[in-house]
Amino acid sequence: MEIKELNDVVVRFSGDSGDGMQLAGNIFSTVSATVGNSISTFPDYPADIRAPQGSLTGVSGFQVHIGAEQVFTPGDKCDVLVAMNAAALKTQYRFTKPGAAIIIDTDSFQAADLKKAAFETDDYLGEMGIDPDRVIQCPLTTMVKDCLADSGMDPKSVLKCRNMFALGLVCWLFDRDLDVAFNFIREKFGKKPSVAEANIKVIQAGYDYGHNTHSSVAGRYRVETKHKVPGRYMDITGNKATAYGLIAAAEKAGLQLYLGSYPITPATDVLHELSKHKSLGVKTVQCEDEISGCASAVGASFAGALAVTSTSGPGICLKSEAMNLAVIMELPLVVLDVQRGGPATGLPTKSEQTDLLQVLFGRNGESPMPVMAATSPTDCFDAAYMASKMALEHMTPVVLLTDAFVANGSGALRLPILEDYPEIKPPYVPEELRGQWTPYMRNADGVRYWAVPGREGFEHILGGLEKDSKTGAISTDPENHHLMTVLRQQKIDNIQVPDLVVEGDVDDADLLIVGFGGTYGHLHAAMEELRAQGHKVAQAHFKYINPLPKNTADVLLRYKKVVVAEQNMGQLAAWLRMKVDGFVPAQYNEVKGQPFTVSDLVDNMTPLLASPEGKE
Amino acid sequence: MNETVTTSPLGGTVGGLRQFSPSDYKKGQPRWCPGCGDHFFLASLHKALAEIGVEPWNNAVISGIGCSSRLPHYMATYGMNTIHGRAAAIATGVKVTNPKLTVWQVSGDGDGLAIGGNHFIHANRRNINLNMILLNNRIYGLTKGQYSPTSPRGFVSKSSPYGTVEDPFRPAELCFGARGHFFARAVATDAPGTIEILRAAYEHKGAAVCEILQNCVIFNNGTHDDVYSAPNRKKNAIYLRHGEKMVFGENDEYGLVQEGFGLKVVKIGENGVTLDDILVHDAHCEDNTLQLKLAMMEGPDFPVALGVIRDVPAPTYDEAVEAQIQEVSAQKKYHNFAELLETNDIWEVRAES
Repeated sequence: MEIKELNDVVVRFSGDSGDGMQLAGNIFSTVSATVGNSISTFPDYPADIRAPQGSLTGVSGFQVHIGAEQVFTPGDKCDVLVAMNAAALKTQYRFTKPGAAIIIDTDSFQAADLKKAAFETDDYLGEMGIDPDRVIQCPLTTMVKDCLADSGMDPKSVLKCRNMFALGLVCWLFDRDLDVAFNFIREKFGKKPSVAEANIKVIQAGYDYGHNTHSSVAGRYRVETKHKVPGRYMDITGNKATAYGLIAAAEKAGLQLYLGSYPITPATDVLHELSKHKSLGVKTVQCEDEISGCASAVGASFAGALAVTSTSGPGICLKSEAMNLAVIMELPLVVLDVQRGGPATGLPTKSEQTDLLQVLFGRNGESPMPVMAATSPTDCFDAAYMASKMALEHMTPVVLLTDAFVANGSGALRLPILEDYPEIKPPYVPEELRGQWTPYMRNADGVRYWAVPGREGFEHILGGLEKDSKTGAISTDPENHHLMTVLRQQKIDNIQVPDLVVEGDVDDADLLIVGFGGTYGHLHAAMEELRAQGHKVAQAHFKYINPLPKNTADVLLRYKKVVVAEQNMGQLAAWLRMKVDGFVPAQYNEVKGQPFTVSDLVDNMTPLLASPEGKE
Repeated sequence: MNETVTTSPLGGTVGGLRQFSPSDYKKGQPRWCPGCGDHFFLASLHKALAEIGVEPWNNAVISGIGCSSRLPHYMATYGMNTIHGRAAAIATGVKVTNPKLTVWQVSGDGDGLAIGGNHFIHANRRNINLNMILLNNRIYGLTKGQYSPTSPRGFVSKSSPYGTVEDPFRPAELCFGARGHFFARAVATDAPGTIEILRAAYEHKGAAVCEILQNCVIFNNGTHDDVYSAPNRKKNAIYLRHGEKMVFGENDEYGLVQEGFGLKVVKIGENGVTLDDILVHDAHCEDNTLQLKLAMMEGPDFPVALGVIRDVPAPTYDEAVEAQIQEVSAQKKYHNFAELLETNDIWEVRAES
């Protein structure tokens, strides 16, 4: 059989939420990344912990995009779909490209399974209009049972290995070396060698099945690596990268890392990750509520830690009062908001960008607060590091926005070398101010000095009441309040952030695509697609949202037409229009809880390019 | 990771023996109404801190919002006057970050038990080493006279002109229900009694609740009249001390005995009752049944219990956090960020040859 060279391929593993699809997908990503392919992954969980087996609501998916060159998204639709049962085929088929290969476990397409998946006949392929020639119909469960018949494992444990058979088959399809997968398994099941060997046996069996039957699909694929950036890499999810960025920042600043948090999807993995690292001195407190998560972090900050609180949108609603306390006390604090679908409980496992205006404005009084947004799973590392640096050096709470897509998705992170990262220097009160220091004295950047409890001679009281700018005592003086309001605003406005970078047809684009945070990859891929079609298109993507980069107005007003594309009803567009006089963008807004698809973006942006103003 | 600075190298201690006076902890001019119970408590706190002797810079006083929460502004220590109800949560972050600090959390009955009730119970459950002061005047003073969660049923206030139709919390019951290991009570005007329980709270490792009965001269005048003056305390209160007989009265003529499931007031020398029959206080008893009964006593049939009612050792949260860090650090092979990275599955992409 012929092996086709492809530039990039998208594979989607799907099955019951208990079928181990996330693990199979993770191993396949790692195997691909190890040979140097670029990867981008997206797990698509159901909201239920464990919906009834075989039901349509219980299907869990894991999509991975592997590319010979850099890939920016997990892909709109897949080239290969693994469907472990009838419900998975029913719900996931819409994510396949025309002509995609489909792998199914025929043992899970029995009468009862078909009924649960709402098929009306036993010709399920015909019912869905799927060409049988595209389908590898494998009695997967039977083969796994046969393979492990002599293993001595109980039937339930045997069935848990089905995902590994599917993985083996996909590895065959993509001509992958199995050794990396085997190492992964041995590492994961280090304490249970017999389980590891059983899984390895099943992976090999899946691979051999593909090889021996020369399955009916059109061919095998190979994705070679074209542009390697040399270095050492690891696969990392956005949430883990965020946790690592915070750890790195605390170490660089020479501070203890404190996390006050309350479990909430999709942010909880940050609490999980940081809770592991006691040997780095990280302290995590799982608090009684979101309020306490933030309030305790404010206390930790006062006591001299790099203090962090992590949550999602509903948690921000509850934390906002304590965030505001950090604003008026001018204490450093990193507030992580892993955005999800709203309002209220909304769509807890799905992704949106709908908290932007909440974090910019959702507090009483004049409450300026820096806001950043990570642009990809791996960018979460840098974003968390820089958010910490900004908070510590400017004595302010900083909001870091990520979202469910970025947080759960993964990419290959080139191992960061801490020595290469900028210094973090909190403005501790200089010794020479002993005797004359008051709590709201400021340095040249307008930043209040930090005096940490335990230091003799710098005892002071902070609080939520307005203070006199000179003495630090409670003050209701009108002039002083106005002055303090202005000083707090200026402190944030003065923060230096990197300039906005324009990519694509920088000099002569007819359309500038603007977005923020986790949509970077999709918008970039859409830009490249439009350029490939012959259009002149550029992209500018915001990672620093408050304060905005100094060149924002210059960039936004430079192009004939600008579209702000975001997963909300126009929050970034509203912010930019407020900040840039005369800026009137087109908008592309989508609030579906799912990542953008590149094809939708291209379809919707093409008319903008065709319109008279765009072409003049 | 570096530890946070806990004592300045320029500190004024000589062999740890530097003496402090109450004025070393004192700052500013309190703005409470003349006669407010907060004045009395503040003076006692200054004296207690001087007796305890922890340097001003190693104390942190954290309050919420309310009349009594102004207190940190009159302290020459580190401190924060924060937001309504969150003092216990904020103090938790301070103590976990730097267990070497002595942390005083100061709240009123509204701040601590209404808006801050959740943090109050969880600080007790967690048993974090905070000295939790609850200044109880059974009223909202700063918002000018609404009933609080400790106001009695039927209490008439601006927000309950026909009397409240709800029962109050009794702080001790809440503390014990949250598995609290320390509860003490004093009257604001009773300086020795207040200083005694503040010292005991400091000595106790873990969450230590001190209920201070105090008067609001403007909106709830006389709420603690039965125990507010020394003569009234002699009649209507009992001072409990671990290991001592539970006697009270102007001439210590009364005592407490157990009867059935409850307590009973008896007169010593009457009906054959002798001093030997009187209960001896056991603040260290793990079982809180009798301690709760003591804490719940109220007039006119019973004296109000003052002093340290419960004081039982238990593992503290902040120490356990430190111990776990030590324990896990000894087991794990990575102790900095670069070493952490190496614990992952890593692959190398080599330069094209």
